[in-house]
This record gives sequence, C-alpha cells and structure tokens, in this order.
Amino acid sequence: MGYVLTKAGFAEVIASLLEEYRIFAPVRKVGAGRFTDVDAVIYDEIRSADEIELEAKSDYASKEFLTPLSETLFYFTENEVKESDFDGRPVLVFGRSCDLHSLKRLDQIYLENGLAKDPFYKRRRDLIKCVLIGCGHSYDNCFCVSMDSNKCEDGYVFSVDLIDGKIHSNILDESFDKAFSAVSGSEKKDVIPRFVTENDVKVEIPEEVPQGIIKSELWDEYTTRCINCGRCNFVCPTCTCYTMQDVFYSDNGRVGERRRVGASCMVDGYTDVAGGGQYRRKNGERMRFKVLHKISDFKKRFGYQMCVGCGRCDDICPEYISFSNIINKVNAASKEVKS
Amino acid sequence: MANLDINVGKLKKNAFRYSKVRGETASRIRIPGGVIDAKSMGRVVEIAEKYGTGVINITNRQGIEIPGISLRDVDKVNAEVQEIIDSLRINQPEKGKGYPSSGTRNVIACPGARLCPFGCYDTTAFAQKMENNIYPNDRHVKIAFTGCSNDCAKVRMADFGIIGMTEPQYDKDRCVACGACVNYCKRRSVGALELVNGKVVRDTAKCIGCGVCVAYCPTRAWTRSREHYFRLVLLGRTGKKNPRLAEDFIKWADEESILKMVKNTYAYIEEYIDPDAVEHKEHIGYIVDRTGFEEFKKWLFEGVELGPKAEVNQRIYWGGKNYDKYGG
Repeated sequence: MGYVLTKAGFAEVIASLLEEYRIFAPVRKVGAGRFTDVDAVIYDEIRSADEIELEAKSDYASKEFLTPLSETLFYFTENEVKESDFDGRPVLVFGRSCDLHSLKRLDQIYLENGLAKDPFYKRRRDLIKCVLIGCGHSYDNCFCVSMDSNKCEDGYVFSVDLIDGKIHSNILDESFDKAFSAVSGSEKKDVIPRFVTENDVKVEIPEEVPQGIIKSELWDEYTTRCINCGRCNFVCPTCTCYTMQDVFYSDNGRVGERRRVGASCMVDGYTDVAGGGQYRRKNGERMRFKVLHKISDFKKRFGYQMCVGCGRCDDICPEYISFSNIINKVNAASKEVKS
Repeated sequence: MANLDINVGKLKKNAFRYSKVRGETASRIRIPGGVIDAKSMGRVVEIAEKYGTGVINITNRQGIEIPGISLRDVDKVNAEVQEIIDSLRINQPEKGKGYPSSGTRNVIACPGARLCPFGCYDTTAFAQKMENNIYPNDRHVKIAFTGCSNDCAKVRMADFGIIGMTEPQYDKDRCVACGACVNYCKRRSVGALELVNGKVVRDTAKCIGCGVCVAYCPTRAWTRSREHYFRLVLLGRTGKKNPRLAEDFIKWADEESILKMVKNTYAYIEEYIDPDAVEHKEHIGYIVDRTGFEEFKKWLFEGVELGPKAEVNQRIYWGGKNYDKYGG
C-alpha cells in the first residue's frame, strides 16, 4: 500500500510529521565542500521538506544522528557528575538501502558486542525510525549489489522515491498512513520502492582471507599514496570507532566534561600506546588493518560482512584510492597465497 | 610602393609592438583573466602563419604576441583580430580597428577556483569584470588576480594585487580533533590554529584566510565563508629605479570596493601625472611617491564603502631597492 503525491503534498506530509518527530535527512549545504563553490550533502535536522536532498548520494552517512562526530556525554565537577541533557522526542532518519543495512552493523557493535550495551548509543537508537530513500539508479562507486545491501524488505516506516517530480511512497508502518491520506490530491496506489539491481562496480570477497595476505606487497603502495586523513572512516556508515576527551575548563580546572568524538584507524594516534609505542605506523599497514577488518575480521566474529558497499569512501578519497579495488586485489592475492 | 610612414605613438597605442627589426611589428593580443577559447587560439595560429613567421610569443602577462608582422599589414591584422576581440569581449569603441589602447596592461589571473583546489574565488571572472571596468585606457596600470595566498600569479609585482581569501567557518560539533587542520596550517600556511581542550582555536589576527584548514578537514567541521574576501596589495613594481613588492593595504576587502578603488585611481593619475613624463607614461607608484600616500588614499576611497570586516592599513611604507638614490 502506498501513495503518489506532488512535492507540495509531500511537504504537507513532512510538516505534519514534524509536529511529532524530529527529522534528520541529507541536506545540500551550499558551498560547504572542500573546494570553493562546491556543495556537500550532509545529514542535518530539517525544518521543511524542501531541505531534503533526495537526488544526490550524501557525502556523509546517515549514522551521524546515532553516533555524532562529537557528543558531550556528561559534565563533572568535584564529586558530582551530570549526564548531558537529551532531547527525547522521536526521530525519523532518512537513508538509502545501504544506510538502513548499516544499522545492523552499528547495533552489533554498540549493543550486541559483549555484555554491556552502550547507553549513549541506545538512548538515541530507541528514538529512531527509518525512512527509505529509493535508489532510481546506481551512483558512482556504489557496489551494494555485491554486498547484498541493495534491497530492504523492511526496516523502514515509509519510502520516498522522487520520480518525474512526484513523490512515490510505500507505507510499511500503518501509523504513518494518516499523514499521507490527509493530503488532498494524494493518490492511493501500490508502490514498490526503487532498488538497484546492478552496479558498475563489482567486488568479490574471498570466503576466507588467508592469513598470509598480511605479508602481501599489495599494501605497500598505500604507505605513500594514502595521506591518512581518515575521510574513508568518517563517511563510512559502518565505522564505529570513537575516542574520549576529558576536558577541564580553562577558567576552573575542577569542572569539565567528557566528550565522545569519532576516531579513525587511518589517523595518527589511533594505535598509540603508553610509552610512545605505535602499532601501525605506516599508512599501508593502516590500510591493511582497515580493509581486513571490513571484509574479514568482522565477519569472523559476527558471521556477516561489515561493508555495505555504499562507496562513500571512494567518493571522498582525495587521493583517488578505491576501497572496492583493494577488495578485488585482496581477492586475487588470496588465490595466489592459497595456491 | 610608398615608403613606410608610421605614427609610432599610434601604432603602440593600437597594441602593436615597436620592433627592433625595421619594418616589422608584433600584434599583442589581450587575454584578460588568462582564459581564451580554443577557436580564438586557432585564429591566433592562423594570423601567425599568414602574417607572421609562424611563431607565437606567450607574454609574461598572459597575453600573446604574434611577431614578424610587416608594418604594411597592420590594417589587415586589425581586421583579422576582430573575432578574437569579440569573443574575449574586450571593450572597443570602433570595430575592425584593432585594440583601442595598450597602456592599461592585460589583467592577469591564476587559474583560480575554476580549476585549483586552493582557489578562493573565480579569478578569471573577476579579472574580466575588472577589464570591462577600466579598459580601454592609456594609463600604465598593472592589475593581477590570484586565487589564494600562494600568490601563483605574483600579484605583488603589480600596482593592484588581489589575493583571494576565505573566512574559515568552524562547526565545533563536527570536529573530532584529528589535528589535520592544525598540522597543515602549520606546515603549509602560517600556523594560526591550535588545539585547545579538544577543539580548534583560530588566531584571527594571524589567519590569512588561505583555506588550507577547509581543504584538509576530513569532516566538514571547517567550511568556507559564503562571502568571498580579498587582500588588496598596492603598488608593487619592477623597473630600473626602485623595484619593490606590493604592500598590504586592505585585508577582508570586497569585490565592489576593489572595482571602485581601481577605477578611482585613473582620476588620480590624470590629476597628478608628471606632464613631462617620457612617452606620457609614469608608474602610479612614482606618482604616489611624489604626492604622498595620504593623498592617493583620499582619491582611492572616493565613494567607497568597505564592508564591516575590512581591515585597512592606514600607513604603508614600501621597501625594495633604491638604485636611483643609492646606486646598485
């Protein structure tokens, strides 16, 4: 069951939903890209439907509501601690199929990896429902079909496809039906969200990556090509690493806050240990760690692939390093190592 | 055939060079902003092959000179360059007669934001706007645009140097303290950034608005300001007497003010140029040396309203070599 409606009608739907929900969606930030007069598509809280970027693939992933790049967890002063205030209103997060598939990976790490559940993640996770943005075509660098994350049968409350100026929505959660049916001129119709069935980029991941791959020469070129900026991690919908900052306010050293900020296994400092040691000094070694974590180590522990094939790492790499190409290189090298 | 009888002053003003080879000249093509369409470039090639020696000189100021043209062919070449003049939209009072003046030199621009990752604005577009603002004019004025503080266009050798700036905008909620901006600002720029309590603090007095922090930020915590800003530097020059680099005049200037100030300069030149100057040509800098900077400033600021961020250097002291005073 679904609806076809005009953009104006969709704006009404969003306006009515905003009375109950906070909505996070990809937004085109004019001029916010790396270079002059280049836009960036970044997740943000929206106030109206026209802010939502439904066409372009976002540069940064939908995880930013769940795992903000920087979040104050609590404040402390002498013997007291106060958790940061939290907006408990329900939240809708827009995302493409790859983004929705990434949720399972985020949940895995924050909620299902050991005994403790991360309370700061959970308090956000409990608030959200997803809205699916359909993919009318595959974008540059996408390889979701290879990663089996190109389709979602469920996991969203309604879908949004912008086709020839009309919004096509499939309603999965009936409680959202009234927001659509209330719009005058909305046409009730069976709607199937658009999914990509083929990408230009295809990867093949070895069922088991042989241990010997860590000694392969294939990593060496990244020691000089990679600039260890960490963009691949920051845009990745499945990267979950963070670090802590305990900050003491400069006006009064007895008061401060603890912040959680995003971390990257490519950036300096990630493997620093007491005494000045650093496990992975070379960028090639960091690349090896990242790639094998994504396509082998995570799977060994949890039984399924971590990478969802969104290709955002390839989209953003300033040095034109292709993660999908590395996967295929690993695949080829794995066969050699075996034989 | 009649003997050559050439008004050399008019010839030069018409953008033809006085050549050391008797009977020959070179046609000087203006390319404001340094961008010429491929078709016009083809036209240059045709003229060089038909009237010249098949050779093309690329000039220091991003122009073209077609050498080896007979002085007898000047009118024909003027007819042939018309398409180039039209396509580059050069102001011209009368079509078919070639360039109306050559005093105000070709306006230079580095590739800028159309191509360069560090360019803070569209240098070519601003250069073309400037060209339309001041050309044709016989006064000897040099203007150059560069996209960022790297100054690849070497604007500090011009009378007016325009250096692109951006005012970095910081969203602390997107900052993870990776340190890339601090590191690159220190290594590639002036070291205006510092990590304090896990967030970045920008020394606004030190910051030159180069945008390196924005280019290297992996999370879009640093972005560019919506407004394009400029550092205007004044009165650099080469030459025999007192070659010197341009000095800083206004930091965080705006486009409109710069256009107006350059325009105002021509009125100042008319008022104060040495009437006995050789070939009626005198660098503005030497005129300012005579009248004092305060007087020049008064003329510059006529009708100009600078933006709220503009920082004006009220006193400027130029350096350089003084061969005319102290010898070399």
